[in-house]
Amino acid sequence: MSTQNDLKNGLIFSSPWLIGSVVFLGYPLAAALYYSFTDYSVLLPPVFVGVENYIELFQDELAYKSLYNTVVFAFGSVVLSLFTSLVLALLLNNQIRGITLYRTVFFLPSLMPMVASSILWMWMYSGEGGIINTALAAVGIDGPAWLADPQWAKSAIIIMAAWGAGHAMVIFLAGLQDVPTSLYEAAIIDGAGFWQRLFHVTLPTISPVIFFNLLMGFIGGFQVFTQAFVMTGGSGAPEQSTLFYVLQLYNVGFNDLRMGYACAMAWVLFIIIFCLTMVVMRLSKRFVSYDR
Amino acid sequence: MSANPLNRSRTLVHLPLVLLALAFLFPLIWLVLTSLQPREQVGKIPPEWLPRRHFIEENGHEIFVTPPEAVGSDKVLVLVEEGIDRGNRVLIPAAAFSDGRAALQRQEADQLVEERVRAKLVQSVPKNYVFVKEWHLSKYDKRPARGLYVTPESVKVRVEPVAGNYGESIRSLTAGEDDKALGLGELVARTSFPWTERSSPGHTITFITYLSNTMLVALLSVIGTTLSSAWVAYGLSRVVWKGREALFGMTLATMMIPFPVLMVPLYSVFRALGWVGTLMPLWVPSFFGSAFSIFLLRQFFLTLPKELSEAARIDGCSEFQIFWRVILPLAKPALSVVALFQFLFVYNDFLGPLIFLTEPDTFTMALGLQQYQSQEGGSEWHLLMAASCMLSAPVIALFFFTQRTFIQGISTTGMKG
Repeated sequence: MSTQNDLKNGLIFSSPWLIGSVVFLGYPLAAALYYSFTDYSVLLPPVFVGVENYIELFQDELAYKSLYNTVVFAFGSVVLSLFTSLVLALLLNNQIRGITLYRTVFFLPSLMPMVASSILWMWMYSGEGGIINTALAAVGIDGPAWLADPQWAKSAIIIMAAWGAGHAMVIFLAGLQDVPTSLYEAAIIDGAGFWQRLFHVTLPTISPVIFFNLLMGFIGGFQVFTQAFVMTGGSGAPEQSTLFYVLQLYNVGFNDLRMGYACAMAWVLFIIIFCLTMVVMRLSKRFVSYDR
Repeated sequence: MSANPLNRSRTLVHLPLVLLALAFLFPLIWLVLTSLQPREQVGKIPPEWLPRRHFIEENGHEIFVTPPEAVGSDKVLVLVEEGIDRGNRVLIPAAAFSDGRAALQRQEADQLVEERVRAKLVQSVPKNYVFVKEWHLSKYDKRPARGLYVTPESVKVRVEPVAGNYGESIRSLTAGEDDKALGLGELVARTSFPWTERSSPGHTITFITYLSNTMLVALLSVIGTTLSSAWVAYGLSRVVWKGREALFGMTLATMMIPFPVLMVPLYSVFRALGWVGTLMPLWVPSFFGSAFSIFLLRQFFLTLPKELSEAARIDGCSEFQIFWRVILPLAKPALSVVALFQFLFVYNDFLGPLIFLTEPDTFTMALGLQQYQSQEGGSEWHLLMAASCMLSAPVIALFFFTQRTFIQGISTTGMKG
């Protein structure tokens, strides 16, 4: 009797989420799959067209271009942001004075609304008279045209992403503070130097946190949208060098009203992110030591 | 012996830290400084750091003026007394004025016509003089700006921020072109709010409209997410029932579904419900819980001892009473983390509002600012920076008030991953 009562209570407490996850997650996910096999403009009911959208998608040069841009951005930003946040966290993990102040300074940029920081970086990157190129000129570097140069536009957005590394830094810092001091003491007794302690004690111990940030970085990187939308007005200029996958998906779905095609793109994105997550989890099983 | 992992010399660590801190602060400083510069200073090559204003003294009063422009050669300013230019003040070369007559050149069709008209000398302008114009804060200011020819020494420069840019950016973000000329006070008074009836006469869409939309959505979805997620997390942690673990596993799995994958079907669902163009798509779903918040709260509820619930049950409390009277009050730290994260998410969200908000009177601040930026296209940077500051200020203020919750919240998400 008690278990039946518990079942009732369990269901009562879970019911909002049961309903919510079906209506706002499960149904849309399934509907996206269905729409991906149809011609759908929202205004008219979907018309089944089989795998036509997918055939077109695999021949769509813009889609490939956007996927390429996204992969470059995701890898670039993950590497640069992870490195930046890890270095910041290692520097801060020194029981130094003013740690709260430093942490605040490094963390603040990651709080900025993306629209505001995108506009700010557009202003800083602006070609002539931009503050970044002026600063570079002061040390004798002739800066590129950044957002106006197809060669540099993605790098510009990657650098801007690294400015928001404060969030990952806080996670790293928490991980570093959990490393048992006895490990360092033992390493020092064994005569391990600074770099040996870093590579044989610190990094292996915080490896779960590294993989967590890596995974979050990739998942977020593949969904990059707002920066490119704000900075290019949605066009992905110059020369489609910042046309990211979700931006293209948005354009196809909400500008061209080709919702069926957009759903095919969406499902491909879902599968990519799913596979990527699996790969990272696999890797983490091999490289991460979870025993403390 | 020091237990410090990387410690060789603690003071040496400050050097890279200070440099990095400056690099991270640099954009923020430039943001604030630009937002305080007069429009003539913005975009100068090379850029100038501090906001500087030019002013002259006239009859003991200071008046702000535009940056001086050189006159170049000896000229005279004359008041024309006949012909087409009658009543106008014209600056002509000194040699072109003699015996109370000025030689005026005028383009007529494709030839230059010169005529001598009667004119009165107003002021002679030696070549070392400069031209300045009276400076008005707003480009919507209808008052005429006088032009003045003065000695270079009389134009003084002072470092002084233009705080008025902030008010001016509020004015610029007003949707209706005609309304931009209104005074700030009147703009605020005529602002349409989420509860103002749509297209009611005499109302106008301003920055305050966007602000109130954002705050309303944030408030509702923070309440919704916190309450519903706590409710669900309770069922997933403090009630033992068959299927609990399966549901929790499913909850974790849903965190992997990216929003862009769902946005097309969600759009058509909300469209069918008639919610597109209203704020509802942005807050109603939060009342059904969010996977991330449920996860965080469940982990927290699991740390509370079982005996608490058992004791309450013996006292005759129902499951709901245990949730409301025993568990929730103890979960305040976790609840505030969830509320804070949800607020940040909604406040900073851009893609959701972009898709679901089709009417300008429902725009959130982020969307309103982006729309304004795309119209202005690379000009008016001082106003864009002022608006960006105003968009960022609430989150930054929130951070300073809730720093501890913030840091703890972020730390736990990483550790539990």
